[in-house]
Amino acid sequence: MFRIIDRRFDSKNKSAVNRQRFFRRFKGQIRKAVSDAISGRSITDIDNGESISIPSKDLSEPQFGHAREGEWETIYSGNDQYAAGDEVPRPMGGGQGRGKGASNEGESEDDFVFQLSREEFLNIFFDDLALPNLVKTQLARLVENKSVRAGFTSEGVPANINVVRSLRGALGRRLALGGPYREEIRQLEDEIDELRKTLADDDPEIRTRWERIERLRSKIDNIPWIDSFDLRYNNRVKIPVPSTSAVMFCVMDVSGSMDEEKKQISKRFFMLLYLFLKRTYEHIELVFIRHHTVAQEVDENEFFHSRESGGTVVSSALELMRDIVSERYANGMWNIYGAQASDGDNWENDSPACRQILAEHIMPFVQYFAYIEITTGEAQNLWREYLGVKESCKNFAMQRIEGITDIYPVFRELFKKKLA
Amino acid sequence: MNDRLVPLPAASEWTFELLDRYHAEIARVAEEYGLDTYANQIEIITSEQMMDAYASVGMPVNYHHWSFGKHFLSTEKGYARGQMGLAYEIVINSDPCISYLMEENTMTMQALVIAHAAYGHNSFFKGNYLFRTWTNADAIIDYFLFARNYVAECEERHGEEEVELLLDSCHALMNVGVDRYKRPPKLSLFKEMQRQKEREAYLQSQVNAMWRTLPQRETREARTTEIRFPSEPQENLLYFIEKNAPLLEPWQREIVRIVRKVAQYFYPQRQTQVMNEGWATYWHYTILNTLYDQGLLADSFMLEFLQYHTSVVAQPAYNSRYYSGINPYALGFEMWKDIRRICEQPTDEDRDWFPELADTDWRKTFDFAMRNFKDESFIAQYLSPKLMRDFKLFSVLDDDKNDKLKIAAIHDEQGYRRVRKIMSDQYNLGSREPNIQVWNVDMRGDRTLTLRHHEYHRRPLGRSTDEVVKHVARLWGFAVRLEAVRDDGNVEIAREIKLEKRRH
Repeated sequence: MFRIIDRRFDSKNKSAVNRQRFFRRFKGQIRKAVSDAISGRSITDIDNGESISIPSKDLSEPQFGHAREGEWETIYSGNDQYAAGDEVPRPMGGGQGRGKGASNEGESEDDFVFQLSREEFLNIFFDDLALPNLVKTQLARLVENKSVRAGFTSEGVPANINVVRSLRGALGRRLALGGPYREEIRQLEDEIDELRKTLADDDPEIRTRWERIERLRSKIDNIPWIDSFDLRYNNRVKIPVPSTSAVMFCVMDVSGSMDEEKKQISKRFFMLLYLFLKRTYEHIELVFIRHHTVAQEVDENEFFHSRESGGTVVSSALELMRDIVSERYANGMWNIYGAQASDGDNWENDSPACRQILAEHIMPFVQYFAYIEITTGEAQNLWREYLGVKESCKNFAMQRIEGITDIYPVFRELFKKKLA
Repeated sequence: MNDRLVPLPAASEWTFELLDRYHAEIARVAEEYGLDTYANQIEIITSEQMMDAYASVGMPVNYHHWSFGKHFLSTEKGYARGQMGLAYEIVINSDPCISYLMEENTMTMQALVIAHAAYGHNSFFKGNYLFRTWTNADAIIDYFLFARNYVAECEERHGEEEVELLLDSCHALMNVGVDRYKRPPKLSLFKEMQRQKEREAYLQSQVNAMWRTLPQRETREARTTEIRFPSEPQENLLYFIEKNAPLLEPWQREIVRIVRKVAQYFYPQRQTQVMNEGWATYWHYTILNTLYDQGLLADSFMLEFLQYHTSVVAQPAYNSRYYSGINPYALGFEMWKDIRRICEQPTDEDRDWFPELADTDWRKTFDFAMRNFKDESFIAQYLSPKLMRDFKLFSVLDDDKNDKLKIAAIHDEQGYRRVRKIMSDQYNLGSREPNIQVWNVDMRGDRTLTLRHHEYHRRPLGRSTDEVVKHVARLWGFAVRLEAVRDDGNVEIAREIKLEKRRH
């Protein structure tokens, strides 16, 4: 007996469960690796898989085995120079093929490296940020589609039947199918008219023609009035939505009090906003503005990795943002988003100026502005001034946070609006 | 009759029709050579499915465990980066015998795999005594199905983590969880299901009975006439734990049993690598060459086939950078070829060494050798001086008492027997793996389980020993001591894991 079975279309991913088990078991290590990866990544690069490595000793599967000590006698092949009794310095064969005893135990010092898919990577990223599930799926989705009308098809669900089109089709079909019969009837009628001139009405010649006409008429009547073949359905196709552009301003305080940890929190804050914007806009530009007492537009690398010290004048950054907006993004083609991270310190007299610039020169032009204050201390004057902005502008969000799980609430309103 | 044969189309792309035609010819030749096989079932799969199959040790069904996920990830990574190709085939010792063919293979590869797996391995599975006694081909898939369902049920009832910890511990003992000498009863799904419930109840009662005698006050007599338990050392740790661990619950015993059965199922494969791969390689080589001689195969087919074949049976020399030990395909293939040569064209040396083989019917000799040996005994019996010369085998003694390695024997008149003995020993699982046995249980005291490691050539245990002993302790539920028995008979305590009151 012999049998060939084509299994290619059977369920794939049989190992998915085991893969999940593996992730669950080494969650700690994987999370750490993901976190390290995020620190090393560009904001725009968040949307990819990642190669993760875990020290392999953490995930060994121990077995009883021998250590390479004691007495071992081993057979080798390809003797080219030795005679029995020769003595040879260790190791044999120039160090090749050795260490077999040790590898018997399945242990090696190398790291275990494997690939996380984009979904898995984002999942772990989101888990850390404590995102609600709906938002997670929304963000992880690749493209959003809008369904638009696109003519008619001959296949579809009954709910989409287009009656006018279907009946028009049926009519056309009936005409087309009945055409030859009608043609013949006309011909027969002409012949009858002709014969009548010489023969009596009940002459067999004429009668057979009448009978023939009757048959043809009933044939025409037998053509179905409507056939499944005639049905036409409204067709809808999905086309990817938004195709507009957005610009995202990342504003960050880099004064001495912003340490590495706070910068990492800020980075996730910017990443989250970027991910959100990516669902909505096809083309996104990023503008990085960092400030201490003066503000500067920089590239991403410098933004996160250079150290500054000194005092803080927040208004300098807002002024720069205002200027860049009016210079480059004021033609109405851009959706402008702002994200600001700071530890809340500001020069006392500067805060009212910040409020003024924000309220008058920035908020009218931006879709959304989010501010996070990474601090555990008392709220200071900048916070109090911003509260005023929040009251007057609906598209302004602010939050005081301590860790990355607090970031999401800043965007809650934003996501709520878009998801609704 | 041969003039009725129609040449097979030479195509690089396979089709189902071509598979059928090639198979029909291969089957015909295999039958002419008298290969006795289980029915064949050939399954076409994608490379992704091949990776899935890899991860679950080749079985189409298996219970879930993170370690399979780990294997999947490392296979996937290696494959994606092109560091490794996937095996061309996986074959399962079952009835019908299932062989997987990857859809990426060319027609030549598919024919090669059919001859290699569906006729080579298949006939070996059906004939060899280890597979006959230790694996029950018609029940194995059902048993794996039973195992998966049972484990899933336990996960539902007792939580995934609990089951995972138990499986971790059992997996650590897989290599010492097999019967090396005893012959186990056969498996069958039906009996298994029926007996499982009874067994649960019965086992628990037995264990209880054993320990009920425990709390008796120690008396002087008891001290002097100490009864040892087990009365004889036990080689199968998993079996001992399944039957005697005091604290395991019935479902836990069943899972220990499942892992033990799985270990036992794979044990013959580990013992017949050289023979089995050599046998399958010999037959794909012989069958396809026969077809070629009969004019059925195109030259292009043969060239492609020979390229695969030679890369499979290549044996690099010890000083090559590709050397990674003796290639079992090469050794096995050459040994089978050599046996046939000795039967058909023996030299004087062969008559000297193998009087019982010279001038016999090679098919009968093959059949006998295939049925009645495992790697260790096969090499001890059949490795000929000619082959040792061809391979230029030599034996290197690495004794950590000496500064230098010593060439103990080479492929010459004085060395043949020693090289052959060492080679055979290299494939003896009993010496390749540590010999660890259950020695004693402290029945009157704190229930400490004592294991003994009989050292072989002064080889100590490796680094993961502590971890494994911890796993034993987790299963046993009480302290575990590992003693090392030196070559001179002295006994020392090597490891000791004490457990405070804890369960997992």
